[in-house]
Amino acid sequence: MANAPETKVTHGTIERSTTLLFVLSFLVVAIGGLVEVVPLFRLDETIKPVTGVRPYTPLEQLGRNIYTREGCYTCHSQQVRPFRDEVERYGHYSIAAESMYDHPFLWGSKRTGPDLARVGGKYSNAWHVAHIINPRDVVPVSVMPAYPFLWDRDLKYDDISDHLRALRKVDVPYSSEGIIDAADDIRAQATGEGTEGLLARYPGAKLGDFDGRPDRTTEMDALIAYLQVLGTMVDFSDVRLDKPKE
Amino acid sequence: MSVQERDPLTGQVTTGHEWDGIKELRTPIPNWWLITFIVTWVLSIGYLVLYPSFATTKSYAPGILGWSSRNDLSEATQQARDMQSAWRNQILATPLEQIEDNEELRRFAVAGGVAAFNENCAACHGVGAVGQIGQFPSLIDDDWLWGGTITDIHTTIRHGIRTASDDARASEMPAFGDVMTGEEIVATADYVLSLSDRSLDAMRASMPGAALFADNCESCHGAGGEGNREFGAPRLNDAIWLYGGTRDAVIRQITQPKMGQMPTWESRLDEGTIRMLAVYVHTLGGGEK
Repeated sequence: MANAPETKVTHGTIERSTTLLFVLSFLVVAIGGLVEVVPLFRLDETIKPVTGVRPYTPLEQLGRNIYTREGCYTCHSQQVRPFRDEVERYGHYSIAAESMYDHPFLWGSKRTGPDLARVGGKYSNAWHVAHIINPRDVVPVSVMPAYPFLWDRDLKYDDISDHLRALRKVDVPYSSEGIIDAADDIRAQATGEGTEGLLARYPGAKLGDFDGRPDRTTEMDALIAYLQVLGTMVDFSDVRLDKPKE
Repeated sequence: MSVQERDPLTGQVTTGHEWDGIKELRTPIPNWWLITFIVTWVLSIGYLVLYPSFATTKSYAPGILGWSSRNDLSEATQQARDMQSAWRNQILATPLEQIEDNEELRRFAVAGGVAAFNENCAACHGVGAVGQIGQFPSLIDDDWLWGGTITDIHTTIRHGIRTASDDARASEMPAFGDVMTGEEIVATADYVLSLSDRSLDAMRASMPGAALFADNCESCHGAGGEGNREFGAPRLNDAIWLYGGTRDAVIRQITQPKMGQMPTWESRLDEGTIRMLAVYVHTLGGGEK
């Protein structure tokens, strides 16, 4: 210290002054924070609006919860990337609007199994049932675990309205009737009966008995309802995304 | 305090800092590391300028190269399409029934068909289209539910079976468990099984199920169980049983029938690919004209 001129601001000066250290640290962290936070305030401009994307039906939402619970995302991604090999195999690359009602999104980053972003409508319900009960029955070389218990477990949905209410808090536009009638909507979708309200709220929802047993609504029903809607919402006939936004 | 000196034990220079008699050796990071670090910073500025990077008030900085992953994709896809276009255009321009007459065109169509089949169809119909007994039909046995000409196959692939598509193949077998008694169902099942058993030819007409079959099944499956492709009603007088040929399986099918579903591929695959698939599947089953 004796040799250093008193007026020169050095590393030592900053470390020895709490106020200066605090102010400068705040500035540095603020820059990093801004870089991460500002894009989130611009989502309206980032996510291009497309027609067709709607919130998940209560049954699909519960299927999504099962998908998350069983950790499907650890082996299956839900994001078709803009490369030729992916687009030729899976279909149009994923766009932001497709996961705008996903909380949390399940894009995933690892593919032990194939990408599932556009699996909806690709296989029949009967195939999904057979495949989930024992993947080896339909795909001999598959390494996927078997999930036969989903077929046996009745779907628990007495708390579905709370689920939807929570999602509404994070801006998923569930209507009040949709929340109140959520349990009815589940029954309607799983049986295909009394579907007027359901279809008015969730246009294009796939109806019917998904697991092949009309008398029961199981976790299998919910999971397959979710899988069958994946990637099918957007009407790509009027979406031109080949060119970046000017 | 800030007096640099040489440490007598290691021979290194100290930083000149001293706390309660403890001194610190001066061991700066190696120069090669420092230089690499600075170079990465310089390069990152280069990337910032050349490629899409930060957000602007209106949109984002596109970078002076104008690169975009979407344009890359369109180019790669277009390039691949151009390389195949001579063949693809020919497949689209040739009437379906004539594609196989042109040996080279047939080979191209089968090669493309196999690739599309393995990705899209093999999950149910199996690799090599051998099917899965009790679940999904084999496509190599020349026993067709909805028709085996190339036009029939093309229509089935395009619109699917029992889907939401208006043009899909559709039919519904009634659940006879709701209208017949258990005994009647068993009698009908025995009659159905007799259709493929020549040793029963003489006595078949006197079997108890004969009248029941004529009343309930004949209109779709035909008087001799020959099937009807218009309704996707399978042949019952051969040895091929999609949902099993045991007595139990036939009883189950009459009581609460399983009915296969196949997705609509029109919205997922382009017409050229669907045509190639049709050619491939058609060549597997013996090529019905």
